[in-house]
Amino acid sequence: MQVSMTVNGQTVAAEIEGRTLLVELLREGLRLTGTHVGCDTSQCGACTVHVDGLPVKACTMLAAEAEGCSVTTIEGMANADGTLSPLQQAFNDHHGLQCGFCTPGMVMSGAALLAVNPKPTETEVRHWLEGNLCRCTGYHNIVKAIMAASGQQVGETV
Amino acid sequence: MSEGIGARVKRKEDKRFITGKGKYTDDIRMENQAYAAFVRSPHAHARVNGIDASDAEGMEGVIAVLTGAELKADGIGNLICGWAISSKDGSPMNMGPWSALATDRVRYVGDAVAVVIAESPTLARRAAEKVAVDYEELPAVAHADKALAKGAPQVHDNAPGNLIYDWGIGEEAATDAALAASAHVTEMHITNNRLSPNPMEPRSAVATFDESEDHYTLYTTSQNPHVARLVLSAFYNVAPEHKLRVIAPDVGGGFGSKIYIYPEEITCLWASMKTKRSVKWTADRSEAFMTDAHGRDHITTAKMGFDKDGRITGFKVDTIANFGAYMSLFSSAVPTYLYATLLSGQYNIANIYANVRAVYTNTVPVDAYRGAGRPEACYLIERMMETAARELGLDAAELRRRNFITQFPHQTPVIMAYDVGDFGGNLDKAQKAANVAGFPARKAEAARRGKLRGLGYSCYIEACGIAPSAAVGSLGAGVGLWESAEVRVNPVGTIEILTGSHSHGQGHETTFAQIVADRFGVPINNVSIVHGDTDKVQMGMGTYGSRSGAVGMSAIVKAMDKVEAKIRKIAAHQLEASEDDIVIEGGEVKVAGTDKKMAWHEVGLAAYTAHNLPAGMEPGLKEGAFYDPVNFTFPAGCYIAEVEVDPDTGVTKIVQFTAADDFGTIINPNIVEGQVHGGVAQGIGQAMLESVVYTDDGQLLTGSYMDYAMPRADDVPFYTIEHNTTVCPNNPLGIKGCGEAGAIGAPPAVINAITDAIGSNDLSMPATPARVWAAISAARPRVAAE
Repeated sequence: MQVSMTVNGQTVAAEIEGRTLLVELLREGLRLTGTHVGCDTSQCGACTVHVDGLPVKACTMLAAEAEGCSVTTIEGMANADGTLSPLQQAFNDHHGLQCGFCTPGMVMSGAALLAVNPKPTETEVRHWLEGNLCRCTGYHNIVKAIMAASGQQVGETV
Repeated sequence: MSEGIGARVKRKEDKRFITGKGKYTDDIRMENQAYAAFVRSPHAHARVNGIDASDAEGMEGVIAVLTGAELKADGIGNLICGWAISSKDGSPMNMGPWSALATDRVRYVGDAVAVVIAESPTLARRAAEKVAVDYEELPAVAHADKALAKGAPQVHDNAPGNLIYDWGIGEEAATDAALAASAHVTEMHITNNRLSPNPMEPRSAVATFDESEDHYTLYTTSQNPHVARLVLSAFYNVAPEHKLRVIAPDVGGGFGSKIYIYPEEITCLWASMKTKRSVKWTADRSEAFMTDAHGRDHITTAKMGFDKDGRITGFKVDTIANFGAYMSLFSSAVPTYLYATLLSGQYNIANIYANVRAVYTNTVPVDAYRGAGRPEACYLIERMMETAARELGLDAAELRRRNFITQFPHQTPVIMAYDVGDFGGNLDKAQKAANVAGFPARKAEAARRGKLRGLGYSCYIEACGIAPSAAVGSLGAGVGLWESAEVRVNPVGTIEILTGSHSHGQGHETTFAQIVADRFGVPINNVSIVHGDTDKVQMGMGTYGSRSGAVGMSAIVKAMDKVEAKIRKIAAHQLEASEDDIVIEGGEVKVAGTDKKMAWHEVGLAAYTAHNLPAGMEPGLKEGAFYDPVNFTFPAGCYIAEVEVDPDTGVTKIVQFTAADDFGTIINPNIVEGQVHGGVAQGIGQAMLESVVYTDDGQLLTGSYMDYAMPRADDVPFYTIEHNTTVCPNNPLGIKGCGEAGAIGAPPAVINAITDAIGSNDLSMPATPARVWAAISAARPRVAAE
């Protein structure tokens, strides 16, 4: 079947099997490999992308369901001039990543939080991130980075 | 210097990960790539009477279905354990055969019997489901204590009673006598729960066979690509080393589970030769749960004796370690030389004896997972200390202080010689940071809210910087545990560092550049770190056991020493000065006390133009070194957990977690603290959430994130991190290592805190709400029904 959508501002059309998952289209079809697959039960959130502005686990959505939608992946999150967005910069500033595998999902999830809640409390950030697993950071610096990107400083000073 | 040792430099490698441009193995796509799917046993133990692949082979898009019989016929060798341990009676360990694809018998759920190679991953999986395997089910055993019982199902014919080895360390008679003469003996039965390491990136392999050169290339998720090449070549007969290139590109976490060379990588390489296609395999998460080596899984009985003053007189330990269905690469060393040798903890103990029995079961193989043996030792010792303090009516910190080792070096009765430490200082720092003095008031305040508040300590020590080659060789290791480095100064003065260490989250591209910046005064952005490719780096032992700093960086320092010696000669010659007067600082090479100098890049250029070098000097500026440590390093620290328990539900919240660590010299505090954060979260995971669960007949119940509870952002607090540094005297930078401390130190602190809160010591990991509630209920005085 044919599917078309906007991905990171570009119109894309593809011939896919009906069973194709959105993450498969992104990774294999469009070679946007920044969106990762860390599990198969929608638990880890490494595959989080935005579909029409809302965070979606791309391993749990059929590509066909994204017909006509606007999809944003981690590759579309930097500023137009190629510099890091404030949230991406905050991950670098606050050592919010180690192996980097969960990072795209964390950035996408964090950005979605800040879009609906520009000044979240620590508790709200932690609750929001329940759907994103990280095995490296113990979440400390991820929470700090998201809080910092919202203009709030927490934890010990660096 | 702002970018040198000790600077909180932001990571150089972050940009590619933050923008989605990391290059992990599953991101690689080769020309002509096919996909592998494994046919795995649904039974924990069965005879394989036949495999009928005809339906699968007939499917369009299926390239091949390959079995263990063909693998064997092609001479692919069995998987091995690389550390020989002998039993007390001198007999060698009983290692059962492990074929990458099982032939006659499967021994755990997930054991692979065949592989399908097809044009797409979906096709490969569909075809794998069509492979008909004639299994004859056999009785199975999943738990270590049951495996030793009389009449238990036999996992391997050459391991009678499922016993792999029955090993001992220390003086049993002296320890028994010390216990008998003790004023008090604390006895405990302790289970250390089985864990799944769970790096977020599942294992993956892409193998390519170049027929024209008889050459293989393997991209794989490895912590040690050179060890992978060595083992694949020397033991599994896939290809000779010069015909096999192993590349570990960006790797998404390892935690030990990516040390080992698994059946899947072997099979993909072999299948690429059989099919003349690139073969890719990527685990799904359930495959990760049922094939990645698990960790821990000990059952222990221990006795610790005390004199009338609360000083430890003796410590006797009896441990059964579950090894799963096969002996994984370093499995045998984990409950012996990485566990029993740490049983002295931070304490003066004159008499220690440990008996360790390793057993086969019908479960996933068990090997090193973050900490590897040391978390099991620490949990045991620190639960014993806390329990003893309660039994003796002593403050838990005071009992520890009375027994701390304070003189260094200190030879324990179980091999290890601690070089330096400040255990009392660690405890002081942690107590201050955790405001232990204010705890009674916080407890009272929590009680007014109906909550039970508790505080628990853990004073951990670990042996890291693994390890002196001759020492581990004498203990049975099949490899040396040195590290290699090469320093290449380019003609324009930029620098490449080639290292045998491998970064899979540790930030080597930043910290390794920092030690170069510190030494030569060049900006870290002019330094590149090259790792993870056997064609680029000649040899290396990889990253595990907190060794990249203490061993890997030491090799770089040694190579930099050689580079500096040559620079001095070149500069002295060109500036007409004595070598001894040459100083390198601020990106310049100067003659001390004069204004004579060369810019850093001018020295590089001089070395490569070779127009004016000292007589007889070779051109170029490139030096290599191998560094073999002279001792283990001994990171140590004190962790304090503070929890609140809801007595009605058992729900437990960690309200404060304080770490005071002594890691020796710290290169980048951000990265070191990040390691502690992650390690502590894994330790909290073990203590409160995580457990691999098998039914008695070997069915894996925790095969997905729906069943295995990983720590999530709202399960953990912000951590308070303190450093109390004593410099390691045995390596050039004074580094001890920091990668495993959190996972080692955290579990007993958490369980000690919860048991303190609820007033019951009868609690096992993971302390789930149900278990905590049950412990509270069992301890509560029964009220007669009206």
